[in-house]
Amino acid sequence: MEVLGDKDFQDEALLRPVGHLGKGFLLTVTILLGVVLWGIYAYSFQVRHGLGVTGLDRPVYWGFYITNFVFFIGISHAGTLISAILRLCQAEWRRSITRAAEVITVVVLFIGAANILLDLGRPDRALFVIFHGNLTSPLLWDVVSISTYLTGSTIYLYLPLIPDIAILRDRKARPQFLYRILSLGFTGTEKEKKRLHIAISIMAVIVIPIAISVHTVVSWVFAMTIQPMWHSTIFGPYFVVGAIFSGIAALILAMAIIRRAYHLQEYLKEIHFNNLGTLLLVMALLWFYFTFAEYLTTFYGGEPDEMAVFFAKVRGPYAPYFWAMVVTNFVIQFSILCNRKTRTVAGTVIASSSVIVGMWLERFTIVVPTLVNPRIPFPRGTYFPSWIEVSLMAASFAMFILLYMGFSKLFPIVSVWEMKEGREVSVAETAERVRTYLPGESEA
Amino acid sequence: MARWGMVIDLDKCTGCQACVVACKVENNVPVVNAEEAAKGREMLWIRVMPTVEGEYPRIKMRFMPVLCQHCDHPPSTKVCPVGATYKNPEGIVAQIYPRCIGCRYCMNACPYTIKYFNWFRPQREEIQQNYLNPEVSLRPKGVVEKCTFCHHRLIKAREQAAVEKRSLREGDFTPACVESCPARAMYFGDLDDPTSTVSKLSKSSRAFRLLEELGTEPKVIYLTEGEWHGSVGR
Repeated sequence: MEVLGDKDFQDEALLRPVGHLGKGFLLTVTILLGVVLWGIYAYSFQVRHGLGVTGLDRPVYWGFYITNFVFFIGISHAGTLISAILRLCQAEWRRSITRAAEVITVVVLFIGAANILLDLGRPDRALFVIFHGNLTSPLLWDVVSISTYLTGSTIYLYLPLIPDIAILRDRKARPQFLYRILSLGFTGTEKEKKRLHIAISIMAVIVIPIAISVHTVVSWVFAMTIQPMWHSTIFGPYFVVGAIFSGIAALILAMAIIRRAYHLQEYLKEIHFNNLGTLLLVMALLWFYFTFAEYLTTFYGGEPDEMAVFFAKVRGPYAPYFWAMVVTNFVIQFSILCNRKTRTVAGTVIASSSVIVGMWLERFTIVVPTLVNPRIPFPRGTYFPSWIEVSLMAASFAMFILLYMGFSKLFPIVSVWEMKEGREVSVAETAERVRTYLPGESEA
Repeated sequence: MARWGMVIDLDKCTGCQACVVACKVENNVPVVNAEEAAKGREMLWIRVMPTVEGEYPRIKMRFMPVLCQHCDHPPSTKVCPVGATYKNPEGIVAQIYPRCIGCRYCMNACPYTIKYFNWFRPQREEIQQNYLNPEVSLRPKGVVEKCTFCHHRLIKAREQAAVEKRSLREGDFTPACVESCPARAMYFGDLDDPTSTVSKLSKSSRAFRLLEELGTEPKVIYLTEGEWHGSVGR
């Protein structure tokens, strides 16, 4: 029995990019591969000579790598969390965007974790974290929560992928063996579908607390120390809000590119961008609220060590970064997304690009200024990244895009069976559901 | 069991940096070149922190030797993901170089900024190579290092005492910095022994500890410049 039984299959456009390697695709891959190779060279240089080839010094022991780690882990909240919430809320407009979101999560988690490895002075000893783990270390909590999240979100990406893999198997797409193994013999019977739905719902519930724990624990790497402007109780939720914020932005950008490159305007419509744009606006407001609360509390308290960091950010050497962050994370969002007329594809793409920059700056202004202004004022540092760090940051982005593109060539980036289900089942079901909300109808 | 601690009398400290040099030689602390030092990558397990008070021409310069404070509640040890830094039963905050993964989390968590990282493989000129202390292990690149209160001297002192069939006495174990101080501004001993010099001095009304308010409970105790500074200073 074939998964796509009927003749009138309307979603051919979704399967077209799979396995089809166009000129533009190959050119992009070549460029990105070049950047990644350059990154590998930079890293081998660092391994050979030591971390001294970075711009790090005393007392700025953490810089770009840790900033990127926090930033990429933040982006990972796009996917699974948003997709899970939309699924659980039965938001019907989610159908064409969940897959694109979930892939971001899985791919970017690897990049985030890799940035921690880049930062190690002894990467050869990285496995000591498992063999000699110290339970009181927030970095160990990170290892635990990130690997849990990676496992959970991979399963959560894989489950709704099974029917689509089965479709590709039925169509004799190549590499056939891959699709045959991964489809687990799925044939699309009612029983199988029911089980799949239950499994997806369970995973959707499970990944939400895991996702929240991940970024909370990332923030605790900083908040658990007693350093000025790190030791803050709101860092957990503050980081989670920032993560979802940057995650939505990454999702909007990914969708815009997919829509353009794969000609999926019919699937990723204005309304999707509009809805996500509204979500982005909500997160921008929340982000501003947290930032305001955090900085006002510090300023009002006026504790000298905290103030040294505070002033380094608002009017000192880090002021350009800080105020650029405020503009890109809030001012631009607020002015574009409040208005229905500018909450278009182009509008949300501009807003999202600005969030990506802004949230990176946010991570940077959290990590570095505190280190530059330690409590014992004798070593006052400066930090400027070396070519190694810049190269590895570029390579991180390139690697992410590369893996994401690779995925979209192996599997449909918009869920085929969920679109079909939406058309065949959910339209009627939703109408029925709305009817039960109204008076005079029995509860379903 | 002893609880090793140090007292530094700032009234006596002349800021001569003999302790800095003694420490560097004793512990095989790498010397970095001028370019690296300019980036703030010099390594000094103990360093003299200068503070300038007042405005020109009425300025006053103060000196304060700062080393690892060997906290009773060290913020650095609990954050280490692999247990490479820990507080030993005698209160010395130690670092296991073959275990350290070089994540530098302990360095960031330490409020005294007193841990050091091997950014490169330590470079030593030939003359230094010939005068390495065989009792202190050399550190590879990529690990964190720090003051150990000259722990190797404790091991030696304990062995010596065992040979002589007696327990450790005051003065058996002294770190290099304390030993070298020409002004005798530094004292070392067991803070839990009520008869020891450090124990008595630590109860002085001049005693204070660095960033005491953080609750780290340092075992390096300073004596303010009270006495001398009151009579002659102005």
